Amino acid sequence: MSTHSLTTKSARRLAAVDRFLTFIRVFLVALIVIGLLAFIWQQIDADNPFARWRNPDARGLTGDQFKGLLISGLSQGSMYGLIALGYSMVYGVLGFINFAHGEVFMVGAMTGFIASEKFQANGMWEQNFILCLLLIILMAILFSTFTAVLMERVAYRPLRNSPRLIPLITSIGVSFFIQNFVLGLFGPASKSYPRLPEWLSKQRSILTFEIAGTRLLVLVVAAVSMVVLWYVVERTKTGKAMRAVAEDKEIAALMGIDVNRTIVTTFAVGGAMAGVGGILWGLMFRSVTHMTGFLPGVKAFTAAVVGGIGNLGGAMAGGISLGSAESIAPMVILEPLGVPGVSQLKDAVAFTVLVLVLLFKPSGLFGERLSAEDRA
Amino acid sequence: MSEAVPTNGATPLLEFRRVNTHYGAVHILKDVDLAIYPGELVCLLGGNASGKSTTLKTLLGMVTPTSGEVVLDGEVVNDKPTSYRVINGVTMVPENRRLFKRLSVKENLQLGAYLRNDKGGIAEDLERIYELFPRVRERLSQKSGTLSGGEQQMVAIGRALMSRPRVLLMDEPSMGLAPALVQQNFELIQQIHSEGVAIFMVEQNANMALSIADRGWVLQTGRVVLDDTAEALMANPELRASYLGEG
Repeated sequence: MSTHSLTTKSARRLAAVDRFLTFIRVFLVALIVIGLLAFIWQQIDADNPFARWRNPDARGLTGDQFKGLLISGLSQGSMYGLIALGYSMVYGVLGFINFAHGEVFMVGAMTGFIASEKFQANGMWEQNFILCLLLIILMAILFSTFTAVLMERVAYRPLRNSPRLIPLITSIGVSFFIQNFVLGLFGPASKSYPRLPEWLSKQRSILTFEIAGTRLLVLVVAAVSMVVLWYVVERTKTGKAMRAVAEDKEIAALMGIDVNRTIVTTFAVGGAMAGVGGILWGLMFRSVTHMTGFLPGVKAFTAAVVGGIGNLGGAMAGGISLGSAESIAPMVILEPLGVPGVSQLKDAVAFTVLVLVLLFKPSGLFGERLSAEDRA
Repeated sequence: MSEAVPTNGATPLLEFRRVNTHYGAVHILKDVDLAIYPGELVCLLGGNASGKSTTLKTLLGMVTPTSGEVVLDGEVVNDKPTSYRVINGVTMVPENRRLFKRLSVKENLQLGAYLRNDKGGIAEDLERIYELFPRVRERLSQKSGTLSGGEQQMVAIGRALMSRPRVLLMDEPSMGLAPALVQQNFELIQQIHSEGVAIFMVEQNANMALSIADRGWVLQTGRVVLDDTAEALMANPELRASYLGEG
């Protein structure tokens, strides 16, 4: 009799959870739909009754403003994407989330600051910016890769055969360690990147899009890195080995693949991408501290989950959708609803996107549904 | 116990000399002696948990023996990694095929040749495999997880052949195949064997295995209990009782 009441109790609780989840689903979808409708109405007639009721000050968006939001979303999103690749690749190969990956990104941004400051001091920054840019990217890649490979060797390899939760918790520890290590080395003050030369940072107009040179630079560098990564993973022997190890380590070893070396390569490639992301972040936002890695790291992890973790194209697409959503949604969905202080709500929007994806497509936008066999 | 060995004086390609293995405290293989000679077709029979898989893993260097020697071409290779054995002509078609499901058929085949650097030779071997399995050629760019069981078996064998093995270890080749495919699969094994590749087959289907093998061993709880020619094993009353379903 006791088992009977236990099962009905847990069944009742399950039903309650289901009802709650359904409520959240309906609530979020309703919010988005009403927000979008209100936005469209507002665009057609700024003085409509709904707008008068919710937000009488709203004037709607001009086409240029919308394009501006889109561009800033894309450039921000491509940075998230670059970082997200590292989360996704490590998850693909080892099956755990490396929460210290945000710190790898921060090391890249920090390296870029130190190098660019030196370049500015001897005047090279202004004279030959392109060379400086290539050099700081190279150095950031070097240091980020080194950090990523070192953490694999020191922190994760000894835990290779332990349950996945253990390296995950370790990665949080590694994250704190690196943050405090950098804090100890460079102090808590925020460090600012030198200004980009005027010829590069000036506004320009491309296909009717008004775009700041800095954002353009971010988009171009991110796209180039992505293409290089795609080539490495899809077209080279090393990439094939990485995908094989991600799928079945034992059989990969049977093919003669050195599994340990391939795992190190995976960390290195993810680290390199985070390094590039760090430089782009520094050039765009110009200020770097030991905590710079935290929020972008969490956002990039979100992007990786949104895109479907373990899937590289998904990580990139997830980053771009997340960046665009957090840039566009506050103005397009939240403002017409009369939510106050919408420009402060970027982060809330980003994590709401995560909740939405998990509610409606838990495997992520591009994730393949794992069969029971794959999951085991 | 070795009166069944056919080749007088030749060095075995792959050999176990009194091999013992443990998983933690559990003693799996107990003083196992095996010898596979070039160009032979031999089989290892045994029930569940008799140590068949461990034998294969030890031959490939995925499990290190606690005592005894694994010998490849007369050289003790106990401490050599799997890749060393693959380079020297030992490879395996794993149980249930274990293809890389998310990779294309062609990538699966290319991974079989991962340790080779002779581009021309690899291309030649790919061509040979397409001739052997015309169906595989039609599906090269398809993800291997989308193939049927029979096609997957072809790719798995093709992948193993891509390393130009001298000895092919096969772990339960007829497991999970439709009955119609089992016969076809055994014919395929004979064909590969006729091209000069030695075959070491681990099988539950003792009848079928013995009908094509030269020699065989029977493993029971980690110990070799019978070691004889295939005909003699077929005729062995004990074996007939326990493995061939007659009693």
